[in-house]
Amino acid sequence: MSHTSEDRDQDRGHDCEKVRGRDREKERAKCELSLTVNGKPETVRVFPMERLLDVLRRELGLTGAKEGCGEGECGSCSILMDGKLVNSCLVPALHAAGAKVITIEGLAGGPQLNALQAVFLECGGAQCGICTPGMILSASHLLAKKPDPTLEDIREALAGNLCRCTGYIQIFEAVAQAARRRAGA
Amino acid sequence: MKEEHIIGKSVPRKEGRDKVTGAARYIDDMTMPRMLYGATVRSQIPRGIIKKISFDPQFDWAEFVTVTAQDIPGKNCIALIGDDQPCLADGKVNHPEEPILLLAHADPHLVRKAVDAVSIECEPLPAIFTMEDSERRSQIVWGDDNTFKTFLIAKGDVEDVWAKADYIVEGEYTTGAQEQLYVENNGMIAAFDREQGITVWGSLQCPYYVHKALMALCNLPAEKVRVVQAETGGAFGGKEDYPSMIAGHAALLAMKSGRPVKIVYDRMEDMTATTKRHPSRTRHRTAVSKDGKLLGGEIDFTIDGGAYATLSSVVLSRGTIHAGGPYYWPSVRIRGKAVATNAPPHGAFRGFGAPQSLFAMERHMDRIAQAVGLSPVEIRRRNFLKPGQTTTTEQTIREEIDLGKLLDRALELSDYTAKKTRFAQENENQENENRVGPVKKGMGIAAFLHGAGFTGSGERYLASVVAVEGCADGTVRVLVSSTEFGQGTNTVLCQIAAEALGLPYEDVRIAQPDTNQVPNSGPTVASRTAMVVGSLVRSAALGIKQTLIASGLIGDSYSPGEFHTACREYIAAHGELRSFARYETPEGVFWDDQKYRGEAYASFAWAVYVAEVAVDLSTYSASVEDFVALQEVGRVLHPVLAKGQIAGGVAQGIGFALYEKVVWQNGRMQNGQMTNYIMPTSADLPSIRVFFEEMGNVHGAYGAKGIGELPMDGPAPAIVNAIQDAIGDALGTRFDSVPLMPEDIFAAVCLDGEQ
Repeated sequence: MSHTSEDRDQDRGHDCEKVRGRDREKERAKCELSLTVNGKPETVRVFPMERLLDVLRRELGLTGAKEGCGEGECGSCSILMDGKLVNSCLVPALHAAGAKVITIEGLAGGPQLNALQAVFLECGGAQCGICTPGMILSASHLLAKKPDPTLEDIREALAGNLCRCTGYIQIFEAVAQAARRRAGA
Repeated sequence: MKEEHIIGKSVPRKEGRDKVTGAARYIDDMTMPRMLYGATVRSQIPRGIIKKISFDPQFDWAEFVTVTAQDIPGKNCIALIGDDQPCLADGKVNHPEEPILLLAHADPHLVRKAVDAVSIECEPLPAIFTMEDSERRSQIVWGDDNTFKTFLIAKGDVEDVWAKADYIVEGEYTTGAQEQLYVENNGMIAAFDREQGITVWGSLQCPYYVHKALMALCNLPAEKVRVVQAETGGAFGGKEDYPSMIAGHAALLAMKSGRPVKIVYDRMEDMTATTKRHPSRTRHRTAVSKDGKLLGGEIDFTIDGGAYATLSSVVLSRGTIHAGGPYYWPSVRIRGKAVATNAPPHGAFRGFGAPQSLFAMERHMDRIAQAVGLSPVEIRRRNFLKPGQTTTTEQTIREEIDLGKLLDRALELSDYTAKKTRFAQENENQENENRVGPVKKGMGIAAFLHGAGFTGSGERYLASVVAVEGCADGTVRVLVSSTEFGQGTNTVLCQIAAEALGLPYEDVRIAQPDTNQVPNSGPTVASRTAMVVGSLVRSAALGIKQTLIASGLIGDSYSPGEFHTACREYIAAHGELRSFARYETPEGVFWDDQKYRGEAYASFAWAVYVAEVAVDLSTYSASVEDFVALQEVGRVLHPVLAKGQIAGGVAQGIGFALYEKVVWQNGRMQNGQMTNYIMPTSADLPSIRVFFEEMGNVHGAYGAKGIGELPMDGPAPAIVNAIQDAIGDALGTRFDSVPLMPEDIFAAVCLDGEQ
């Protein structure tokens, strides 16, 4: 790396060419992805093997899904895809072609908190908040399948979502409370 | 006393709505125009001399920014207590994760690839990886003697007690490293501007620690360094000192490139390179009378600090002071020592040395009970500290604490006595039936204390300042550098200000911690926020009220509407309405830093925890079936948050005891992933039953003592005591280490017994 400053300027001109070429090449490798996110149709250009998590966060600005581990262990990136709970860090973007995706931003479907969000707030289900979006989507998926879950059902359903703050106790209380309120409503 | 209207109520978490809707912005959710992504090239060897750094010629290095130690404008260190840890290695490395070179590029994927395209050639030097090797000094890897710090607590005449003792009980206990495992990885964004200097936004606990480190590193005056805390996704001590390193790296890249730079670690880098709980070894030798009274003892407490001093001296201090537990020692000698090894520096993790030394104390109490022929309950009851007695540092207990009563209630809540008898019978029956793979059950208790706030003269040196501001719209703003990372700082401090001013909770806001905006209320550590900072917030809030009363704008009692009008009128006439409060040491507090004697803490929280455990003798896995956590923490300011703190701490304690094992090889963590370093999931934990006992001990704002760290101290000894109870010790089986993994239980039961 013992260049003179002149060499460096020349290198830079050369580098810029290379970079532009590389960017064009990269752009060509992308393909179009259409999907419905939180009820809204979206079309974005993505690399085929890009993670759905990155597409949501970067292309669509939906940063509610978090990357905690990048290997499907922590569940912070959980979203609903065609009604199924998935770790969006493990989903190649193109697998979501034509899918209906719900993220935490679209769960309530309006400015009011939905029942689960409200009980998480009341019962202390959210502390640092980083696992909360995934945890709430996971709980929502459970209640959609089992409106009246037992404590064991809740424990099992949430076992793919790690929380380091709460010891889960108040999260269980929140989910049970949400189920009771729905039953009462 | 006037009825409090907000204290003691579970008001909604201030930033809770943003957290449940996904609107909360953490550092990785933020981007800036023209931002680059930074990455760190680290040492691959534990100790050696850097000979050459080479860049793969096949790799396209166009548009990369590189930074080495030579680019550092100021001092190459992460300023903290000492300045021994370099920001970037310069010539030599002392642990396998030591940063050497920084890279930045606009493409985050490319920058990760680039890290692998740099090769560091090193001449290896012999390294050490255990406390024993460090103490042997076969290699000197730090200072003159591999010793970061020593402490000696000496109370009474220990030499005298051995001859008088009916029993002398000895034991050695060890604890392993533990990863904080906040779910949000560490991250920072830095931006540089010649006029304004350096600004960093990040996931962090202590804005002014980062501020201090950046001033030294970047050679900038205080006003040209700005640190802003983004929403922080868990910390537990793990974001106390290492964020200064990452902020330093991002700042150096930003200064060199002239563009904003983001560094966000992935999970493996976060787990392997950043700090963990100090591994420890504690040796006890105790003189006991025939009726089970502690006569005196020697305690040797040693921790592995890793390659640099960082926070080891203060972790050691807290661990040493807590080593005697909640018991009365007529005489005791406690030696604490922090030693160097060639692992990444160990750091702060909830409990800060106390979970280590209290694990030893509470296991040892069970051993003493057995030696004397008393029950674990009775041995503790006979030795509990009482009001008027002194701790190991000769601090007189002034609060009206009744540990016997706390113990009784914990036993009742857990149905301890009946279950212990029943399990003993059932365990024996199973043995007689010679069943294959029986499940044995046991009960264990742990009694402990945790000092709130900085140790000794720490709070006096910190001299924390807070401000409270009355705004023209009638709302009130709390200005502190104390940070929210899940514990409830925002909520509790707003409750305190609202209570002091008689305003609705909704009328009080808290400023984002930004060193350009908020005074230094000290670091958010040591269970000090509610107690110490909370008291200052109350004083500053009362200052606002007094100013408005003195100006004749309100009377002694007023409505929120009148307060609102008064604020507006005051601001129109005088400009700002701000009130400051600074920490002052209470009268008559004595602490001797040399002799380690005196008032170690302004107050202690006290607890008795009971664990019910089942050990499956076909898989050798132990599981916690029920857990009772009973504590006295003064006034509970917010029941939901307080319960959440305890349950979360107990869960981490269960992980520390049974699940979380850092596998080391040559100073490097081998299992730096969530798939192979296992923290408890929702399916692993028992119902954690949380109870508070308020004994009318008034400390801090509205009577609150520290709460955050306490629940980390008790679970490990309670659980291991329960496992010992389940397995018994007929074969001389002893469980003296955590984590206690199934393979360890197997080895103890099957292999040791055969010897």
